[in-house]
Amino acid sequence: MTGPRAARIELSHVTKRYGPVTAVRDVSFTIDAGSLVTLLGPSGCGKTTTLRLIAGLETVTSGRILIGDDDVTALGATDRNVSMVFQSYALFPHMSVLENVAYGPRVGGRPRRRAAEAAREALAGVGLAELGGRLPSELSGGQQQRVAIARALVLEPRVLLFDEPLSNLDARLRRQMREEIRALQQRLGITVVYVTHDQEEALGVSDRIIVMNHAVIAQEGQPRDLYESPDDVFVAGFMGEANRVKGVLQRLDDRTGRVTIGGITRTLPHRGLPDGAVDVAIRPEAILIVSDHVEDGALRGTVSQAAYLGSRMEYAIVSEIGELFVTSPAVTAPLAPGAPVRLTLAAHGITLIRP
Amino acid sequence: MRDSLRRSAVVWSLVGGAGLVLLPWYATSDGVPAGKVQLLVPGLALLAALALRNLPARLGRQTLGFRLMVLGAGGFIYIAAQAVAVGGQPGLGPGAAVVATSLLMLFAIGLAARGFFRGDVFVAGAVVIVAALVALFTFYPVARILVSAIQGSDGAPSLRALDERLFAPKIWRLDCLTGGRGCGVGWNTLLLAVLTATTTTTLGLAFALIVTRTGFRAKRLLRVLTVLPIITPPFVIGLGLILIFGRSGLVNQLIEWAFAVPPSRWIYGLPGVWLAQTFAFTPVAFLVLIGVVEGVSPSLEEASQTLRADRWQTFSLISLPLMRPGLANAFLVGFIESIADFGNPIVLGGNFGVLSTEVFFSIVGAQLDQGRAAALGVLLLALALAAFVVQRRVVGRKVYTAISGKGDSGRAAPLPPLVRRLAFGMALPWAMLTLTIYAMALAGGFVETWGRDYTPTLRHYAKAFSIEWGAMGLVWSGSAWRSFWTTLELASMAAPLTAALGILTAYLLVRQRFVGRAAFEFATMLSFAIPGTVIGVSYILAFNVPPVELTGTAVILIVCFVFRNMPVGLRAGMAAMSQIDASLDEASRTLGGKSFVTLRRVILPLLRPAVVAALVYSFVRAMTTVSAVIFLVSADYDMATTYIIHRVLNGDYGVAIAYSSVLIVLMLGAIGLIQLLVGERRLRRATPAPVPLPTEAASA
Repeated sequence: MTGPRAARIELSHVTKRYGPVTAVRDVSFTIDAGSLVTLLGPSGCGKTTTLRLIAGLETVTSGRILIGDDDVTALGATDRNVSMVFQSYALFPHMSVLENVAYGPRVGGRPRRRAAEAAREALAGVGLAELGGRLPSELSGGQQQRVAIARALVLEPRVLLFDEPLSNLDARLRRQMREEIRALQQRLGITVVYVTHDQEEALGVSDRIIVMNHAVIAQEGQPRDLYESPDDVFVAGFMGEANRVKGVLQRLDDRTGRVTIGGITRTLPHRGLPDGAVDVAIRPEAILIVSDHVEDGALRGTVSQAAYLGSRMEYAIVSEIGELFVTSPAVTAPLAPGAPVRLTLAAHGITLIRP
Repeated sequence: MRDSLRRSAVVWSLVGGAGLVLLPWYATSDGVPAGKVQLLVPGLALLAALALRNLPARLGRQTLGFRLMVLGAGGFIYIAAQAVAVGGQPGLGPGAAVVATSLLMLFAIGLAARGFFRGDVFVAGAVVIVAALVALFTFYPVARILVSAIQGSDGAPSLRALDERLFAPKIWRLDCLTGGRGCGVGWNTLLLAVLTATTTTTLGLAFALIVTRTGFRAKRLLRVLTVLPIITPPFVIGLGLILIFGRSGLVNQLIEWAFAVPPSRWIYGLPGVWLAQTFAFTPVAFLVLIGVVEGVSPSLEEASQTLRADRWQTFSLISLPLMRPGLANAFLVGFIESIADFGNPIVLGGNFGVLSTEVFFSIVGAQLDQGRAAALGVLLLALALAAFVVQRRVVGRKVYTAISGKGDSGRAAPLPPLVRRLAFGMALPWAMLTLTIYAMALAGGFVETWGRDYTPTLRHYAKAFSIEWGAMGLVWSGSAWRSFWTTLELASMAAPLTAALGILTAYLLVRQRFVGRAAFEFATMLSFAIPGTVIGVSYILAFNVPPVELTGTAVILIVCFVFRNMPVGLRAGMAAMSQIDASLDEASRTLGGKSFVTLRRVILPLLRPAVVAALVYSFVRAMTTVSAVIFLVSADYDMATTYIIHRVLNGDYGVAIAYSSVLIVLMLGAIGLIQLLVGERRLRRATPAPVPLPTEAASA
């Protein structure tokens, strides 16, 4: 659902350098109007810089940025009609909650009364109508977060940016706020760009994910694509745990091929790789521990470490194809270190990766 | 956006036009009109800038910006070149100032239009104007002093004259080693600076350790002691020392009475100046070192203790090495303060001359040798800048101590007994002696003649501050009133300007990133390292003649105060601003607040304590400074400190001491006021201790 104000964002060949350091290198992507896109990556990968470039808090070294149909490359943050929710929330400590939310309309020239009205409405929208008179320091972390969102939304921006919005909240609140942000975005139909380093958060909230690494885009796609068919080792490892093993590919048609891993054979998309030795990424939950009777070429292995994590077991298993990290939902019958096991592979969660 | 740029350009074109037409171009009382040539080019530039309003939109911001830059810079350069090149003109006046400012603003708007300073007119204008002011009032005078130093007596550049002046035996002779006359003033200055820096660092460390690492009860008293030198005119300690150790001082009289030893003059010379400077600058070292000692992470000391190190090992192997850069910094700060000091050497130096007093005597004394004064000034400047550059290296290099906001919990290790005893053994007697000196300085104003006649009297106060009823009502008949009111007036005019310029520059340095920021920062910081006497001489050389003729006016004194004391505002602003998370500015900007709105509505309210501190401190320092001012006072504008110095030089101690006491009490009142307004913690932050630049700490 796309709201009337929502704008698309386009970055084309954007580079940002600080002296000799390149923070963002030749990055191009398009974000559809009314969608929520996450910039995901480890710290220092350039995702926050990219967000700040969209906000106008940094200026590009080269390249162009379009919001809607306007080229905003040369405009400062003040003139871009873009709002941002900061990691620290950046609530003005000397102003009350209401004054904070009314700040945007006030400096934009709206009369005091109308600004306060708009602010009250925005506060009601995030469920904090009664707290307008308090100071930010008198609010809990979650409430501060909501004030920051209300302050960003009161100007009805074309684009809303979130910079690691959940990193200062505790784990339980984090899931709740994540769902609220997603619901809000769906309700208002605005374009949201969301920066995080937490892949679960990204998977849970996004329409699309852009994974960045070393100042460039590593891969871009829908959450499921990224998790199930990562392009390379980095994305495979960043989008959850992955075992990297050797296999042999034999093409079947223009899309699929037979891949042999140890004694096991699976049919997978060949992703344009040539026949012969290939790298394969296998999710820990895609390695199945099977009972003792021999299936089609099951792998042999020995448990070297075991950990109980409540909802699942985690094992390190030494096998014929190398050391494997395996998770198993069978918590009622845990295996002890030293136990011999047989392993097979599930139908999902296995993909060829580019070397 | 484009519209607001064009609007600013129109406004500044009109301001310049108004200045051109309505204000006198020259600063003369008889109103010499400017010739058409002077006015034509700037006028055309302004008209052309006004016409850019109608520049077709399709030509874009780049073209607009380029044309504005050319017009602004061209017009400004024309004014400057014409004023310098054509002789026989009077000094430039308010009209020229307004026109030049608006041309610079047009240049800045052009820069903003071309995307510099993130396209922000306010920031662009502020940077250009501050840079122009620093250039005019710091670099131009320094350039003049360099030129004067190489000019021979006939005015032509002469390397021989420079050589003779710089390497004169009066500066570099080493006779004191062989037992003849004294050494040259160059060696004197260096020796004094090294001695002073050593003692101030040692004592400062003792105080810092006591305040931060012991349970000493009277910590607050020690902190108060550190405020005293800031509010004290620089020669008061010298006066107090004379009253105690001078020829007719208490100690000498006691010794003479008890042992019949004739009074000695040892206090006049190196020992006296050293002692006085140690008193004066130990608090500065203390302020530097308290931050250093507090910055040593307690968790490191705890780690050392859990690894079985005893207190002494922890102190000598962990704490002390961590403080080493801070100690080096404190040493260099003491060194710089010592070579720049003028008040103490002139009161206590006797035959022991240093560069700063020598500069003074060669320009006001019988010699009146501007070239020699300039050469000595250059030498002093070179020393100060060298120490400054080394200090910046030391501070800029690896800062071990954490300045991040992340709380590092843990308890600091108690001091080893030996260190503890040493610290108390040095610091407490010293504190007592300081208090004694101030008590003497205050008491000295209430007796007839110190040393000879201790009859209590109010004579000196009456002489300086009497008020009578005359035929025309109240008559301020005391001899000091005139300089007193002048000082108050000029200081209260300079204070808001100093604070505003300091805070604005701090905002530009901490909060803005732009091309040339590093150079801008270095230039601003560099101008603070210039000793006061050098500034005094260079202002005389630069502003005694057109095109910018200011000597003998109040303007030159105010300008001098503003640029001498700007570091107070700048450091207070930078320290306070780096405590404010940058995301607050960014939030304001994404919400549509332009940089000026952000500064006014978000940053300034949060900076209020720093602003108040900067205001009061620049006021206080304007009232107590002496080194640069003594060159710039005139018959119309005499200042309190220079009046006092002249009383001291005439041996009229009574009035000098009475006047100093009044100043100290006045300053105490001002400081008390700020204590009430903003609290002690903020006060400490604003004192002129070098704050490591936030940019060095967080270059992310």
